Amino acid sequence: MMDFINFYLVPGITLGAIYALGAVGVSMIFGILRFAHFAHGDLMTVGAYFGLSAVWLLGIPALAAIPIAVALTCLVALFADRAFYKPLRQLPTIYTVIASFGVALIFRSVVQLVWGTESQVYSVGFQKPIVLFDSLRIATRHIQIILATAAITLGLHWFLHHTQMGKTMRAVSDDPALASVAGLDPEKTIRWTWIIGAGLAAIAGVFVGLDTDVHTMMGWNLLLPMFAAALLGGIGKPLGAIAGGLIIGIAEEICTYPFFGESLISPSYKSAIAFVIMLLILIFRPRGLFKGRLL
Amino acid sequence: MELSGILFYLISFLIMGGIYSVICLALNMQWGFGGLFNAGIAGFYAVGAYSAAIITSANTPNHVGGFDLPIVVGLVVAGTLSGIVGWAIARICVRLKADYLAMASIGIAEIIRLAVINEEWLTNGSLGVSRIPRPLEEFFTGRESEMVFFVFVWIIVAITFWVAHRLYKSPWGRVMRAIRDNEAAAESVGKDVQSFRTQSFVIGAIFMGVAGALSAHYFKFFSPDATEPLLITFLAWVMLIAGGSGNNKGAVAGALIIWAIWSMTEIITQQLPPDWATRSSYIRMLLIGLFLQFVLQRFRAGLFPEKAPKLNVKSHG
Repeated sequence: MMDFINFYLVPGITLGAIYALGAVGVSMIFGILRFAHFAHGDLMTVGAYFGLSAVWLLGIPALAAIPIAVALTCLVALFADRAFYKPLRQLPTIYTVIASFGVALIFRSVVQLVWGTESQVYSVGFQKPIVLFDSLRIATRHIQIILATAAITLGLHWFLHHTQMGKTMRAVSDDPALASVAGLDPEKTIRWTWIIGAGLAAIAGVFVGLDTDVHTMMGWNLLLPMFAAALLGGIGKPLGAIAGGLIIGIAEEICTYPFFGESLISPSYKSAIAFVIMLLILIFRPRGLFKGRLL
Repeated sequence: MELSGILFYLISFLIMGGIYSVICLALNMQWGFGGLFNAGIAGFYAVGAYSAAIITSANTPNHVGGFDLPIVVGLVVAGTLSGIVGWAIARICVRLKADYLAMASIGIAEIIRLAVINEEWLTNGSLGVSRIPRPLEEFFTGRESEMVFFVFVWIIVAITFWVAHRLYKSPWGRVMRAIRDNEAAAESVGKDVQSFRTQSFVIGAIFMGVAGALSAHYFKFFSPDATEPLLITFLAWVMLIAGGSGNNKGAVAGALIIWAIWSMTEIITQQLPPDWATRSSYIRMLLIGLFLQFVLQRFRAGLFPEKAPKLNVKSHG
């Protein structure tokens, strides 16, 4: 039982937290700008590498590098929106999807050019896990990631429900026509969508580096579970996306637990879980668990 | 380089260009005709390549088969299996906005990649399937076999083009364009939007599978490395959009032109010192990514913009 918690449940929650932070951006961009942002995973990679540079240049720990990574990643996202997505805004959104597919490649190749293709870590050395109640062993990095994600979730909830911009965003996501009749400024809303989406993607990217390592394909590989999490939570429902991310992360880890002497699925098929969940949602509940938009 | 060397370089260029033309025509059936976004071309390509490889290669203890069957059988099986995968995914997604299909198709490509790497009994894992035959191999060797293969590929390109052309001009193609351009209007005159979309996605998937099969025969060896999404999916999209979505001639022209640019930049970068050679491959990717943005913003109709065929309405009177 303790093995289950220590080696499956806690890593699952950690992984889920990372998916969750990425999925918030996917869900909000889909809800407000109405397109599936294929460059979101690579935006995460960009954030992780900004964090890496901050760690190298300033000699600070990875957690302290997060604000720098967030700020720079937001600038990158705002620039990408201005240069690549805004010119296509009046066209059917599928053109923006195609553009974002190309932007993913642009992000990745720039990262490969600037930082090279070798895997990197923020800090070397073994961290001793914290032992609670004699048998609950949790790695420090897992505690940090889980607590930080919980705090971000609370902050996001407060932002969406108690600030003018948060309310505007929910309004635009629920009914763009009504929101624009009500005089809400669409470009400003879009800017804030990018700032929050990119900021959370950068944090998620640094967390991936903290949990495992930083490499140039990391974000692209996370794209599928992030899309699945956003769909599971319901498009345009950021808090739903967090729940979706946690569900998928936990499901991926505990599916490899040997419940009946053998694991339910082979660990090499872990990333298929997200896909199966995505298909089930599309078949049975396309609006997601929390009644998101069906575009 | 002597003249025959240039000739044979040209032949191998046209073989790959032909395979890309088939992919592009297939993508045109999905995107150009039907407005369906497929981000998992590499998956359908891999299904086709592995089915053809297993069906036609000689018997081996390394994986199931090979069954040593004729190449035509391999092509048919490749197209069929790829079409079935396409049908399954289309059934689930075509009723939703194109973005959902895009997300699900990325997923299907990922699952196929996982299966190809892990199911060693079927595909020999990362070691790949080898000893895949080329057509008429027992009669021709070396450069002659390359010539034969060139003819073979372009016969398939011609067939694909003919199918795409007939589909485009047919009433079926007209309904597809109507659905693409105004779904509600098409539905209001009683067209079954979902069924038409599924059909166009499946037909495209079949030809993507055939393209995969062709490349398996060309390389004579197929491993998971050959299904790199960047080289298949992404390049195919750039080719189609630059060539002209909706126009079959544009699809072939785009495939050949972009493949020419892509292979020429490779020749140039091979001349660079090794340190720069690795970097330059990222510069190539960066440039192709920027090129796509340029095309999307300034040049959306492509080199050969779509021209809807004239309606041939008989007047009664």
